[in-house]
Amino acid sequence: MTSASAPVPVEPVQDRGPAGPGGSAGPGPERRGPAVDVAGLGVGRALGFVAPALLLIGAFLVFPAIWTIYIGITNYRLTGVEAVAPSIVGLSNYTKALDDALFHNALWLTLLFVLGSAIIGQNILGFTLAWVMRRTRPAVRRTVEAFVLLAWILPSTVVAYLWVAFFDRDGGTLNGILGTPGTAWLIDYPMACLVIFNTWRGTAFSMMLYSSALQAVPPSQLESARMVGASGWQTLRDVVFPHIRGHVLTNTLLISLWTANDFSPFLLTKGGPNHESETVPVYIYNVALQGGELGYSSAISFLLLIANLLVSLIYLRLLRRRS
Amino acid sequence: MTTFVVRRIGFYVLICAITLFFAVPMLWIASAPFDASPGLGVHWPDWTFENVRKTLEHPYAMRSMVNSLVICVTTAVAVTAFAALASYALSRVRIPGRDALLYGLLLLSSVVTGTAAMVPIFVMMFQLGLIDSRFGVALVMTGGLLPAAIFILKDFVDAVPKSYEESARVFGASTGQILRDVVLPVARPGLATIMVWAFVNSWGNFLVPFLLIRSIELQPGAVLMQTLTDEGGSVNLQVLPVFSLLFSIPVVVLYLLVNSRYGFRFHGGIKS
Amino acid sequence: MRSLRPYSPAVLGAAALALLTGCLGSSESGSGDQDANRNADATKVELTIGSNSVKGGKNSAGATFVQDVLIPKFVAEQKGKGVDVTVRFQGDGSDDEVYKQKLSLDLSNKSGPDLFNIDGIWVGEFAQAGYIKPLTDTVGDAAKVDDWDGWKQIPEAVQQLGSFEGKRYGVPGGTDGRVLYFNKKLFQQAGLPADWQPKSWDEIIAAGEALKKLPGVTPIQLNAGTAMGEATTMQGVLPLLVGTGTGINPDGKWLGDTPKLRQVLDFYRKIYTTGLGDPVLQREAKGRDKSFAQFAANKIGILLEGDYFWRSVVEPKEGVAKMADRDTAVGYALVPAALPGAGVDGQDFVSMSGGGATAINPNTKFPQQAWELLQFMNSAEMVKASLDGAAKITQRNDVNAEVLAGDPMLNFVATRVLPITQYRPGLAEYPKISAALQQATADVVGGKTTEAAAMAYQKAVEAAAGGKDKVAGN
Repeated sequence: MTSASAPVPVEPVQDRGPAGPGGSAGPGPERRGPAVDVAGLGVGRALGFVAPALLLIGAFLVFPAIWTIYIGITNYRLTGVEAVAPSIVGLSNYTKALDDALFHNALWLTLLFVLGSAIIGQNILGFTLAWVMRRTRPAVRRTVEAFVLLAWILPSTVVAYLWVAFFDRDGGTLNGILGTPGTAWLIDYPMACLVIFNTWRGTAFSMMLYSSALQAVPPSQLESARMVGASGWQTLRDVVFPHIRGHVLTNTLLISLWTANDFSPFLLTKGGPNHESETVPVYIYNVALQGGELGYSSAISFLLLIANLLVSLIYLRLLRRRS
Repeated sequence: MTTFVVRRIGFYVLICAITLFFAVPMLWIASAPFDASPGLGVHWPDWTFENVRKTLEHPYAMRSMVNSLVICVTTAVAVTAFAALASYALSRVRIPGRDALLYGLLLLSSVVTGTAAMVPIFVMMFQLGLIDSRFGVALVMTGGLLPAAIFILKDFVDAVPKSYEESARVFGASTGQILRDVVLPVARPGLATIMVWAFVNSWGNFLVPFLLIRSIELQPGAVLMQTLTDEGGSVNLQVLPVFSLLFSIPVVVLYLLVNSRYGFRFHGGIKS
Repeated sequence: MRSLRPYSPAVLGAAALALLTGCLGSSESGSGDQDANRNADATKVELTIGSNSVKGGKNSAGATFVQDVLIPKFVAEQKGKGVDVTVRFQGDGSDDEVYKQKLSLDLSNKSGPDLFNIDGIWVGEFAQAGYIKPLTDTVGDAAKVDDWDGWKQIPEAVQQLGSFEGKRYGVPGGTDGRVLYFNKKLFQQAGLPADWQPKSWDEIIAAGEALKKLPGVTPIQLNAGTAMGEATTMQGVLPLLVGTGTGINPDGKWLGDTPKLRQVLDFYRKIYTTGLGDPVLQREAKGRDKSFAQFAANKIGILLEGDYFWRSVVEPKEGVAKMADRDTAVGYALVPAALPGAGVDGQDFVSMSGGGATAINPNTKFPQQAWELLQFMNSAEMVKASLDGAAKITQRNDVNAEVLAGDPMLNFVATRVLPITQYRPGLAEYPKISAALQQATADVVGGKTTEAAAMAYQKAVEAAAGGKDKVAGN
């Protein structure tokens, strides 16, 4: 019962104006004491609160997931002889994946995609926006944010057409701007296009997360940093970053996972040309639909899950080191 | 002084460049719908409303919009309600293995919504008799979105100072009153954000409704958009741009609405 | 505090695993044992027709016909017999692969529409999976099926579309044929004849060389690569391959790395490394659409396509890449074998055809009524009505004779191409073999040597076919 929350409750900032007089008592890193039942919920009611969500998740997520893992050890197909009588083939789908050059290619491309568009692109652009927007006039800020958010909320099918049109070889906007008619961007530089596309698509999340995180940085510390003549970079590194480290890690984890499992590359390039932009989710789709090999595609899905798990564990390690 | 001016200019150049980066790809959806000869390129349109007329006359276009609304409103409300309850309980009451559970589910959700799980999901819904039902589609989408929603929302609730509830309790408020009058108002921006997030995510989902719905009359816009092609599979550029535009309006309106009322942000922020 | 105690996933998992094992491949309990005469005398009948077409979208005309003409007429006809029939149309309109997957899911759960359209190349794999049965089994009475007078009007070759291992699984719909299209205006500028008919591959190359001198013109468009998908196989590899004298599945074995395959790849290489074709276009996601647009804009000299191109692409009024002067500007010629007499069966000219078939769901509640609807759908009257005044090659000779008279090009396909054409084998492995062929052309167009591409192809085919012994190589 270490109710050490700030003596003066800080009003949550509800408007979009500059941060209120947060003072030094901003909502700092959450104490990780045993959670306290402050509302008098009681264990029974708490379980009742959790139950509907868990039921739905159990039925529509966990159950199909386990089933998928099971399919991964069979040679099941949707048509042909194996559809009638699939047999359990043990781990041969997995050994096949280890030997599959196209799967290696897909893993490598997914890594590039996550690294380029999520860990670097969305993170840096999102932070930059959050940082420079702190002191901008509200009108400018609202305009910029509107476009960034629009990119995030438009339906993915629509967005795919926007970018196909943007990169188009004949008459595409990019060629118009750069004066490079006839350059087939999606063919010649498919991964670069996807990285740019996904940075555009997902930056909003990082921007929003960082702009609320930056409010947790006490202005007084920024002030003192300026007094001692710290450079912008030094301020970021020594004053800002320690306060938002948890946010950076959580944000990076979420956007990495989302990016690694993102299917929209398919809408832009279908994995082409010649598998040059075939990330793992696209490869899974192609294996399952073009090839009809559901057993194998399930096995790859499970491998993707394992890869996600590894990334998360690394992240948890990093996060725990903060204290 | 001059360095200040230079920095100011550099600052605005940076902002302009970023804004352009986000705005330029969207030009197509502003020009192509009203162009007499729409193509994939962006050019000043040869103004016409013929495309709009054709789209409105399309036998399923408007109906699919309604279906999308039915599915996505159901999904968004269900996700928000269930995630709110669960995240509050998870934040305030200690449940063993909570964090491991959350992470595990988050990981699963990213994989299961993919192609590989389509057989299990289909067979399960078939056994439940939920094929060709918009409600069934909403259920599957809700299950897929809940873990991430709980994950995000729980950190929201974690950031709500517990002293609020404590003081309310000191003054003799019941649990129900605390939830309704203390927690809910403070958490409302977070809930609104999650609702928009869930709505947007289900709005663009193609695979789930395609698999589970049989009647074209019940298909949502995301599925219908894939059918806007001719015999050989080429895109129908008269209808598609207009439809894209119309299809984008609900999410934008929803966002603007939520943004003006609550502020669209991850206030309080996500910690771990 | 962060105890990683195993929680609900494990518990749920244990419970679920018990359920799982029974849920795959549940269709082995034979539905063929059902009484084929079930509900034969019902007066209230409900049938559903499934098809990958939708009003206002993919194959809109087909969907419109079924909904607005076929169904009302059938309902009226049945009413005359005192049967109250309700027919529902379940349209889709997405990629064929996705439609196939969805249909398979339905069928594997013993549900799905009572009648449905499938591509001819799916018949084998659907039959192997038990999703469709020979018509005589589903309808029960062999004589009833075989005596249908419609069969006499459908050419033997076209009936292949709905057949597997010598048995009829469905009634074929219309078919098509592939030819070489050429732009007569460009031919004139290049000094080539307006009635061009190459007799060997070399003559195609020679025409290409002449066209190459025209500025801004791509001489030859021969679909290649993986981006075009099946269009590469059907409008590229296979027409060439049959021109070397072999099919893709000769004598029950899949074609491997043979001299004939290399001959095809060499031809691709010749076109795409000497400036006769545009290699970049082959890699574009919308490359085929673009090739249509370029042909219509007089930028492509020679293009291998099906009659669909004539009917729906460069068609002057409604086509996706309209050519107002199609009838005078677009020429067509038979696809020659590599050398005269070198094609399959010693043919001088070759072609490939595709098409779909309509099958009956073995689990339909009303097998007899479904068969009646299937016959009605394929009657001369309905087949003609489905064209709605347009000229199109149908499955029925009697209808073709009547409707194609006014269109010399389609008549050309029906009378000159169909007799020499070939169909793809409807086997489960085919899509993967096809993908391997596409990959081989992609490799060659991308700059690899014929040898490297052919060797990689051999490996892919062995994996797809399930063993070396199922591949005919050297």
